Amino acid sequence: MSSEKSAGPIRLIITLGLAGLFSGLVLVSVFLATQPLIERNQEEALEAAIYRVLPGAETRKIFVEEDGKLVETESADGAEAVYAGYDGSGKLVGYGIPSSGTGFQDTISLIYGYDPYEKKVIGMQVLESRETPGLGDKIIKDQDFLDDFSALEVEPEVEAVASGTKSEANEVDSISGATISSKAVVNIINDGNDKWRQLIDERTESEGQAE
Amino acid sequence: MSNQQNLYEETIKGFWRENPVFVQMLGLCPALAVTNSAINGLAMGLASTFVLVGSSFLVSMFRNLIPKQVRITTFIIIIATFVTVADLSLQAFTPSLHKELGAFIALIVANCLILGRQEAFASKNRLPFAVGDAAGMAGGFTVALIMVGGIREILGSGSFFGVSLFGENFEPWVIMILPPGGFLTLGVLLIIFAAVKKRRDSRKLVQLES
Repeated sequence: MSSEKSAGPIRLIITLGLAGLFSGLVLVSVFLATQPLIERNQEEALEAAIYRVLPGAETRKIFVEEDGKLVETESADGAEAVYAGYDGSGKLVGYGIPSSGTGFQDTISLIYGYDPYEKKVIGMQVLESRETPGLGDKIIKDQDFLDDFSALEVEPEVEAVASGTKSEANEVDSISGATISSKAVVNIINDGNDKWRQLIDERTESEGQAE
Repeated sequence: MSNQQNLYEETIKGFWRENPVFVQMLGLCPALAVTNSAINGLAMGLASTFVLVGSSFLVSMFRNLIPKQVRITTFIIIIATFVTVADLSLQAFTPSLHKELGAFIALIVANCLILGRQEAFASKNRLPFAVGDAAGMAGGFTVALIMVGGIREILGSGSFFGVSLFGENFEPWVIMILPPGGFLTLGVLLIIFAAVKKRRDSRKLVQLES
């Protein structure tokens, strides 16, 4: 074959340079072509989740924190935000609050719906997780577990109890075999509450007075 | 040597005689890691097929221009480019599948099957044979992944390609979709493959002697 003779250093540099150049060109063009689609997919996933955790909501507004207050904005632009959902008559259903934290294997990120009038969690959906398939990943679709988040009191705080022993309105039945993942979900919701609940409640009160 | 080459033979060998997973035992990492369902096995197989066929095509086309000293580096640049293209396209067009396969798409670049075919075959053979070889190997790899994934899904989730098979009364063997299930399934399949192969070989031997 032609490469029997060992090639000089110049040829080696040219070969690798050209290979790198073409590879770079291909990657940049594929990246530019797919980036808008990828971002749209992520937005769609979040958007769908907002309406799922706020039953009855038909429109939504984005709020970010500014000087200790919630301020409406057109687009969160990467900043942490909460999403207020309104039903057909324009009445506030609740706030979709994204939150994340450590699960059994990796970060779990989820969004949950919070009703500031009732002070209850009204829905929860996991957005991203790598929990054990067959056990921990039941937090995504186990209906009994998800149902516990449809009217969950948040005061004093949400608590995960052993499977089948839920007796208070602020308790969640853990999934048997997935206690750590269940607890992680509950902790993530408590973290989100610590961060956002005061802001949301203040805003809801001041709105109530204005009306 | 090369004028006796038969395109059909070079393509078909990857499915049985030199099956990458069951005979060469290459690419076992994805064969164990992502095969907790048939659809994941199929997706991983197809993504690897895209990378393997594309890389073999380019490597064979430029085989006389790539100096020997930097051949592996060049192969890896080519493979990594195809892998990134596959990764981004899956993310853009089938986000749910990409979520399932996660990091393992990016890890196709480290699949020894792919680099192995470049070094052992594509860099030494003409274009049609290189592509045939790559397609056969990738096909054999995909079939193997679907077999492992299918068995694990049937036993571990009671379904096949997401279609429920046994109804409510079936208690899934959760272990089959956990990592140990991958090793168990692959081990049993390897035993079956080896046994069938041995039997065939000894039958051939008997025919030759008589």
